[in-house]
Amino acid sequence: MQLPLTYVLSFSALLFGIGLYGALTLQNAIRILMCIEIMLNAVNVNLIAFSRYLSPLQPAGQAFVIFVMTVAAAEVAVGLAIILMIARRRDTIDIDRMNLLKW
Amino acid sequence: MSVALIVSGALAIGGALGVILARAPVHSVIALIVNFLGLAGVYLSLQAEFLAVAQVIVYAGAVMILFLFVIALLTVKREPMERLTARTAGRLPLNLLAAFAMAFLVVLAIVRSDPGGSVAVPSNFGTVRAMGETLLVTHVFPFEIAALVLLVAVVGVVVLVGRRPEKGRE
Repeated sequence: MQLPLTYVLSFSALLFGIGLYGALTLQNAIRILMCIEIMLNAVNVNLIAFSRYLSPLQPAGQAFVIFVMTVAAAEVAVGLAIILMIARRRDTIDIDRMNLLKW
Repeated sequence: MSVALIVSGALAIGGALGVILARAPVHSVIALIVNFLGLAGVYLSLQAEFLAVAQVIVYAGAVMILFLFVIALLTVKREPMERLTARTAGRLPLNLLAAFAMAFLVVLAIVRSDPGGSVAVPSNFGTVRAMGETLLVTHVFPFEIAALVLLVAVVGVVVLVGRRPEKGRE
Protein backbone atom coordinates (compact mmCIF):
# COMPACT_ATOMS: atom_id res chain seq x y z
CA MET A 1 0.00 0.00 0.00
CA GLN A 2 1.32 3.36 -0.96
CA LEU A 3 0.13 6.87 -1.49
CA PRO A 4 -0.70 7.92 -5.04
CA LEU A 5 1.97 9.89 -6.81
CA THR A 6 -0.25 12.94 -7.06
CA TYR A 7 -0.27 13.31 -3.27
CA VAL A 8 3.49 13.45 -3.13
CA LEU A 9 3.58 15.92 -6.00
CA SER A 10 1.01 18.11 -4.28
CA PHE A 11 3.06 18.02 -1.11
CA SER A 12 6.14 19.17 -2.96
CA ALA A 13 4.15 21.87 -4.77
CA LEU A 14 2.95 23.12 -1.39
CA LEU A 15 6.50 23.18 -0.08
CA PHE A 16 7.68 25.01 -3.18
CA GLY A 17 4.87 27.52 -2.78
CA ILE A 18 5.81 28.23 0.82
CA GLY A 19 9.42 28.75 -0.22
CA LEU A 20 8.42 31.01 -3.08
CA TYR A 21 6.15 33.07 -0.86
CA GLY A 22 8.95 33.54 1.63
CA ALA A 23 11.51 34.38 -1.01
CA LEU A 24 9.26 37.04 -2.47
CA THR A 25 7.97 38.66 0.71
CA LEU A 26 10.71 38.42 3.34
CA GLN A 27 13.20 41.22 3.82
CA ASN A 28 16.09 39.48 5.52
CA ALA A 29 18.54 38.21 2.91
CA ILE A 30 19.54 35.20 5.01
CA ARG A 31 15.95 34.07 5.33
CA ILE A 32 15.45 34.51 1.61
CA LEU A 33 18.35 32.09 1.11
CA MET A 34 16.63 29.66 3.47
CA CYS A 35 13.45 29.90 1.41
CA ILE A 36 15.46 29.18 -1.73
CA GLU A 37 16.73 26.06 0.03
CA ILE A 38 13.14 25.02 0.73
CA MET A 39 12.29 25.45 -2.95
CA LEU A 40 15.27 23.36 -4.05
CA ASN A 41 14.28 20.65 -1.59
CA ALA A 42 10.75 20.63 -2.96
CA VAL A 43 12.20 19.97 -6.38
CA ASN A 44 14.24 17.13 -4.88
CA VAL A 45 11.06 15.57 -3.49
CA ASN A 46 9.60 15.67 -6.98
CA LEU A 47 12.64 13.99 -8.48
CA ILE A 48 12.70 11.27 -5.86
CA ALA A 49 8.97 10.63 -6.19
CA PHE A 50 9.17 10.34 -9.98
CA SER A 51 12.17 8.06 -9.70
CA ARG A 52 10.41 5.87 -7.16
CA TYR A 53 7.02 5.68 -8.89
CA LEU A 54 7.77 5.83 -12.59
CA SER A 55 11.24 4.49 -13.29
CA PRO A 56 12.50 2.47 -10.35
CA LEU A 57 14.74 0.37 -12.56
CA GLN A 58 16.96 3.29 -13.48
CA PRO A 59 17.34 5.54 -10.43
CA ALA A 60 18.65 8.48 -12.43
CA GLY A 61 16.30 10.77 -10.53
CA GLN A 62 18.10 9.98 -7.32
CA ALA A 63 21.47 10.69 -8.94
CA PHE A 64 20.05 14.00 -10.08
CA VAL A 65 19.10 14.82 -6.49
CA ILE A 66 22.74 14.43 -5.51
CA PHE A 67 23.70 17.01 -8.11
CA VAL A 68 20.96 19.37 -7.00
CA MET A 69 22.25 19.05 -3.44
CA THR A 70 25.76 19.86 -4.65
CA VAL A 71 24.65 22.94 -6.50
CA ALA A 72 22.49 23.99 -3.55
CA ALA A 73 25.45 23.69 -1.18
CA ALA A 74 27.61 25.75 -3.52
CA GLU A 75 24.83 28.30 -3.86
CA VAL A 76 24.45 28.63 -0.11
CA ALA A 77 28.17 29.05 0.40
CA VAL A 78 28.54 31.74 -2.27
CA GLY A 79 25.28 33.43 -1.33
CA LEU A 80 26.20 33.68 2.34
CA ALA A 81 29.63 35.01 1.39
CA ILE A 82 27.97 37.69 -0.73
CA ILE A 83 25.61 38.56 2.13
CA LEU A 84 28.57 38.83 4.48
CA MET A 85 30.32 41.19 2.09
CA ILE A 86 27.20 43.32 1.73
CA ALA A 87 26.83 43.44 5.51
CA ARG A 88 30.44 44.58 5.84
CA ARG A 89 30.14 47.29 3.24
CA ARG A 90 26.63 48.61 3.73
CA ASP A 91 25.91 47.56 7.30
CA THR A 92 22.60 45.95 6.43
CA ILE A 93 21.19 42.73 5.08
CA ASP A 94 17.78 44.19 4.40
CA ILE A 95 17.13 43.67 0.72
CA ASP A 96 14.97 46.77 0.54
CA ARG A 97 18.09 48.81 1.15
CA MET A 98 20.19 46.99 -1.41
CA ASN A 99 18.88 49.01 -4.31
CA LEU A 100 22.04 50.06 -6.10
CA LEU A 101 21.10 48.23 -9.29
CA LYS A 102 17.38 48.57 -8.96
CA TRP A 103 16.37 51.35 -11.33
CA MET B 1 4.97 3.50 4.82
CA SER B 2 2.30 5.98 3.86
CA VAL B 3 1.73 6.93 7.51
CA ALA B 4 5.42 7.75 7.85
CA LEU B 5 5.23 9.74 4.63
CA ILE B 6 2.28 11.79 5.87
CA VAL B 7 3.79 12.44 9.29
CA SER B 8 7.19 13.48 7.98
CA GLY B 9 5.55 15.51 5.23
CA ALA B 10 3.52 17.41 7.81
CA LEU B 11 6.74 17.96 9.77
CA ALA B 12 8.42 19.37 6.67
CA ILE B 13 5.50 21.69 5.90
CA GLY B 14 5.45 22.88 9.50
CA GLY B 15 9.16 23.58 9.40
CA ALA B 16 8.81 25.52 6.17
CA LEU B 17 6.01 27.60 7.66
CA GLY B 18 8.18 28.20 10.70
CA VAL B 19 10.95 29.58 8.53
CA ILE B 20 8.60 32.21 7.17
CA LEU B 21 6.71 33.02 10.35
CA ALA B 22 9.53 33.11 12.90
CA ARG B 23 10.69 36.56 13.95
CA ALA B 24 14.31 35.92 14.83
CA PRO B 25 16.55 34.49 12.11
CA VAL B 26 17.90 31.90 14.57
CA HIS B 27 14.40 30.53 15.03
CA SER B 28 14.12 30.35 11.27
CA VAL B 29 17.25 28.22 11.20
CA ILE B 30 15.81 25.84 13.78
CA ALA B 31 12.57 25.59 11.82
CA LEU B 32 14.60 24.88 8.71
CA ILE B 33 16.36 22.02 10.50
CA VAL B 34 12.92 20.60 11.36
CA ASN B 35 12.00 20.97 7.71
CA PHE B 36 15.11 19.10 6.59
CA LEU B 37 14.57 16.29 9.07
CA GLY B 38 10.99 15.94 7.87
CA LEU B 39 12.22 15.82 4.31
CA ALA B 40 14.70 13.12 5.25
CA GLY B 41 11.74 11.15 6.59
CA VAL B 42 9.91 11.71 3.31
CA TYR B 43 12.92 10.43 1.36
CA LEU B 44 13.16 7.43 3.65
CA SER B 45 9.53 6.52 3.13
CA LEU B 46 10.04 6.91 -0.62
CA GLN B 47 12.80 4.28 -0.28
CA ALA B 48 15.67 6.65 -0.94
CA GLU B 49 17.80 5.63 2.02
CA PHE B 50 21.07 7.03 0.80
CA LEU B 51 19.52 10.37 -0.03
CA ALA B 52 17.85 10.56 3.38
CA VAL B 53 21.21 10.14 5.08
CA ALA B 54 22.83 12.59 2.70
CA GLN B 55 20.05 15.08 3.40
CA VAL B 56 20.69 14.94 7.13
CA ILE B 57 24.46 15.18 6.76
CA VAL B 58 24.63 17.81 4.03
CA TYR B 59 21.69 20.02 4.93
CA ALA B 60 20.97 19.59 8.61
CA GLY B 61 24.69 19.31 9.23
CA ALA B 62 26.83 21.40 6.95
CA VAL B 63 24.47 23.96 5.43
CA MET B 64 22.78 24.83 8.70
CA ILE B 65 26.13 25.30 10.42
CA LEU B 66 26.99 27.75 7.69
CA PHE B 67 23.74 29.65 8.25
CA LEU B 68 24.27 29.71 12.00
CA PHE B 69 27.82 30.99 11.64
CA VAL B 70 26.77 33.79 9.34
CA ILE B 71 23.91 34.80 11.64
CA ALA B 72 26.30 34.75 14.58
CA LEU B 73 28.80 36.88 12.68
CA LEU B 74 26.18 39.37 11.58
CA THR B 75 24.46 39.82 14.91
CA VAL B 76 27.65 40.48 16.86
CA LYS B 77 27.60 44.15 16.00
CA ARG B 78 23.97 45.03 15.70
CA GLU B 79 20.91 44.12 17.64
CA PRO B 80 17.83 44.13 15.43
CA MET B 81 18.48 42.39 12.13
CA GLU B 82 14.78 42.12 11.61
CA ARG B 83 12.32 44.88 11.27
CA LEU B 84 8.74 44.51 10.27
CA THR B 85 8.44 46.98 7.46
CA ALA B 86 5.30 48.43 6.04
CA ARG B 87 6.31 47.24 2.58
CA THR B 88 4.47 43.97 2.73
CA ALA B 89 2.39 44.45 5.86
CA GLY B 90 -0.44 46.29 4.13
CA ARG B 91 -0.58 43.87 1.26
CA LEU B 92 -0.74 40.71 3.30
CA PRO B 93 -4.28 39.71 2.22
CA LEU B 94 -3.39 40.23 -1.43
CA ASN B 95 -0.19 38.24 -1.00
CA LEU B 96 -2.02 35.38 0.63
CA LEU B 97 -4.70 35.45 -2.05
CA ALA B 98 -2.10 35.22 -4.81
CA ALA B 99 -0.27 32.42 -3.00
CA PHE B 100 -3.44 30.39 -2.47
CA ALA B 101 -4.55 30.92 -6.06
CA MET B 102 -1.23 29.69 -7.36
CA ALA B 103 -1.16 26.71 -5.00
CA PHE B 104 -4.70 25.82 -6.07
CA LEU B 105 -3.78 25.98 -9.75
CA VAL B 106 -0.65 23.87 -9.33
CA VAL B 107 -2.39 21.22 -7.24
CA LEU B 108 -5.27 21.19 -9.73
CA ALA B 109 -2.85 20.62 -12.59
CA ILE B 110 -1.17 17.80 -10.66
CA VAL B 111 -4.40 16.09 -9.70
CA ARG B 112 -5.81 16.29 -13.22
CA SER B 113 -2.67 14.84 -14.77
CA ASP B 114 -2.29 11.14 -15.25
CA PRO B 115 1.20 10.12 -14.22
CA GLY B 116 0.69 6.52 -15.23
CA GLY B 117 0.72 3.33 -13.28
CA SER B 118 3.43 2.54 -10.84
CA VAL B 119 6.08 -0.02 -11.70
CA ALA B 120 7.23 -2.77 -9.39
CA VAL B 121 10.16 -1.55 -7.33
CA PRO B 122 13.28 -3.72 -7.25
CA SER B 123 14.47 -4.76 -3.83
CA ASN B 124 17.75 -2.85 -3.95
CA PHE B 125 16.10 0.45 -4.91
CA GLY B 126 17.76 3.42 -3.27
CA THR B 127 20.24 1.48 -1.20
CA VAL B 128 23.82 2.65 -0.86
CA ARG B 129 25.00 -0.08 -3.21
CA ALA B 130 22.55 0.87 -5.95
CA MET B 131 23.30 4.58 -5.53
CA GLY B 132 27.03 3.90 -5.65
CA GLU B 133 26.65 2.05 -8.90
CA THR B 134 24.49 4.81 -10.34
CA LEU B 135 26.84 7.58 -9.29
CA LEU B 136 30.23 5.99 -9.86
CA VAL B 137 29.54 3.79 -12.88
CA THR B 138 26.64 5.19 -14.87
CA HIS B 139 26.98 8.89 -14.14
CA VAL B 140 30.62 9.14 -13.17
CA PHE B 141 31.41 12.12 -15.38
CA PRO B 142 28.68 14.39 -13.96
CA PHE B 143 29.82 13.25 -10.53
CA GLU B 144 33.32 14.59 -11.19
CA ILE B 145 31.85 17.79 -12.57
CA ALA B 146 29.92 18.18 -9.31
CA ALA B 147 33.23 17.99 -7.45
CA LEU B 148 34.55 20.74 -9.71
CA VAL B 149 31.48 22.88 -8.97
CA LEU B 150 32.16 22.54 -5.25
CA LEU B 151 35.79 23.48 -5.76
CA VAL B 152 34.81 26.59 -7.68
CA ALA B 153 32.36 27.50 -4.92
CA VAL B 154 35.05 27.14 -2.26
CA VAL B 155 37.46 29.32 -4.24
CA GLY B 156 34.71 31.87 -4.78
CA VAL B 157 33.93 32.05 -1.07
CA VAL B 158 37.59 32.51 -0.19
CA VAL B 159 37.93 35.25 -2.81
CA LEU B 160 34.81 36.99 -1.54
CA VAL B 161 35.30 37.00 2.20
CA GLY B 162 38.91 35.99 2.72
CA ARG B 163 41.34 38.43 4.28
CA ARG B 164 43.34 40.47 1.85
CA PRO B 165 46.71 42.12 2.50
CA GLU B 166 46.43 45.79 3.32
CA LYS B 167 46.65 48.13 0.38
CA GLY B 168 50.00 49.85 0.02
CA ARG B 169 52.13 47.28 1.80
CA GLU B 170 51.76 44.23 -0.37
